[in-house]
Amino acid sequence: MSVNSVWVFAQVVNGAPTSATLELLTKARSLSSNVAVFLGDDASSVASALGEFGATKVYATGNLGGKLPGVAVASAMKAIIDGGDKPDLVLFPQNYEGRDVMSRLSVKLDKTVLTNSIDVSVDGGAVSATTPIFGGNTLVTTTFTGEGPYLVAFRPKSFAAESAGGAAAEVVSVSVPDLGATGAAKVTAVHVEETTGPKLDEADIVVSGGRGLGEADKYSMVEELAKLLKGAPGASRAIVDAGWVPYSYQVGQTGKVVKPSVYIAAGISGATQHMVGMKGSKNIIAVNKDKEAPIFGIADLGIVGDVHKVLPKLIEALKGR
Amino acid sequence: MNVIVCVKQIPDPATPGALDGATNTLKRDGKLILDDSDAYGVEMALQLVAAAGGGEVSLVSMAPNGETAGMRTALAMGAAKGVLVSDPALQGSDALTTAKVLAAAVKKLGGADLVIAATESSDGYTGTVPEQMAEVLGLPSVTFAKKVAVDGGTLKVDRQTESGYDEVECPLPALISVTAGVVEPRYPSFKGIMAAKSKPVDTVTAADLGVTPAGWAGAGQKISNVAQAEARQAGEVIEDDGESFGKIVAFLENLKVI
Repeated sequence: MSVNSVWVFAQVVNGAPTSATLELLTKARSLSSNVAVFLGDDASSVASALGEFGATKVYATGNLGGKLPGVAVASAMKAIIDGGDKPDLVLFPQNYEGRDVMSRLSVKLDKTVLTNSIDVSVDGGAVSATTPIFGGNTLVTTTFTGEGPYLVAFRPKSFAAESAGGAAAEVVSVSVPDLGATGAAKVTAVHVEETTGPKLDEADIVVSGGRGLGEADKYSMVEELAKLLKGAPGASRAIVDAGWVPYSYQVGQTGKVVKPSVYIAAGISGATQHMVGMKGSKNIIAVNKDKEAPIFGIADLGIVGDVHKVLPKLIEALKGR
Repeated sequence: MNVIVCVKQIPDPATPGALDGATNTLKRDGKLILDDSDAYGVEMALQLVAAAGGGEVSLVSMAPNGETAGMRTALAMGAAKGVLVSDPALQGSDALTTAKVLAAAVKKLGGADLVIAATESSDGYTGTVPEQMAEVLGLPSVTFAKKVAVDGGTLKVDRQTESGYDEVECPLPALISVTAGVVEPRYPSFKGIMAAKSKPVDTVTAADLGVTPAGWAGAGQKISNVAQAEARQAGEVIEDDGESFGKIVAFLENLKVI
């Protein structure tokens, strides 16, 4: 058996496919010429963009009307599979909705899942996914056994998105089956936390702060430095959990994955969960009081010192330029 | 209001993880402790039951060798009882089997108004078990809850999203996964620790629950290779002498980003 058909769970924000969607499409079309996208949204604004990156077909449920995508999209997928279009492989982004849809579908199909992957390969009939563990020091490759569909979720930026110059994808409307009790959760309000400047996961320079800042007020130094460098401010999980900054600032395994040209870690010791999200940065500068901090093991320039002394001087020096 | 919390007992994260040479699964043979991520769910459950003015918090867990040390921590915080599924046949179970087993343990406890789990464990972090459990149990679910309240029979949740958060309402019974930081977990009191020793933990096998243990053979996946990743080299590390900011400026200049 080879991989004849690949599906990608796609997401749309502000009328455009997310970067994760385009990354997965780029990978999917290298595995199969038969790539379909599954969308828990309206497809009219994105059929051409999805086609350009390699999708030939878009299954779209239309607006979910407040239903959570996990159970709704998985049920719609199951209905299409029961109807006879069965993919060999389904690719998901490792994010909130991706995980929810994948989990629900896994039970509906009684199929295992592989998550946190950074690559997938097909060798004859064998489909394998690679996942970094122990903070990325060890790479584990796992091969599916038994029959597909094989379900795999990928960390953001595992693949580089490249246009294939394809024509607009054919849109097929699918309906969400009756979800019964499982569909009872409803979104009643949506809140968007406004940020200014470049987006964290797209910025060329990221300045992140951690517990070493000592108190919430000191995070303003991180914001000021990021602004001076025309970068984005980020944070470790520790200070997000402590409530100093919103979750949308979090860099790490459970937050954003960033790969900027320059990453400045201020008062961050370098917990595994943080390093997983930033070790792909081209250049890393770390400032931390503890010379044993793991962050120094991956930093191109490490300053063993107090962020409260180093950062203000750095900010002054940059302002004076 | 009765709440069941899924708790994972994991090797101490302070000690480096290792793979079992024979099976390439994470070693779990040492002493296990309560996953920090689960302390938030236990605390949330205790607060919701207290706010409801009655009911109790129960635990479900799956671990080898009848290990209950981590569950005792949650019992010491105030949970009333637990079911531990411990069965050599479950070794190597994938997330789907784990979800089936934990769902069966929830049923053994007679179900609950609310089932709470962490968003993902600290050691395996597959992150699919809560939503898979909800599907097995036929429950609605809200994942990544960062604020939770119950008003009458309705759950009100602030759910984290990529760009902010959504307000979500859901009738009970339901399942939620909670983020770290949803509440501040209490420390077990001395009295709580003493009381936990005698709280009932029912240890059962997969067969007792009527679940066919898939184990390695039925996991639908096998580890085919383990390799060391290319390590990132450390660069220059210097002690701050009051002028080290200049090094950073020079470094940035060299990269032409300033």
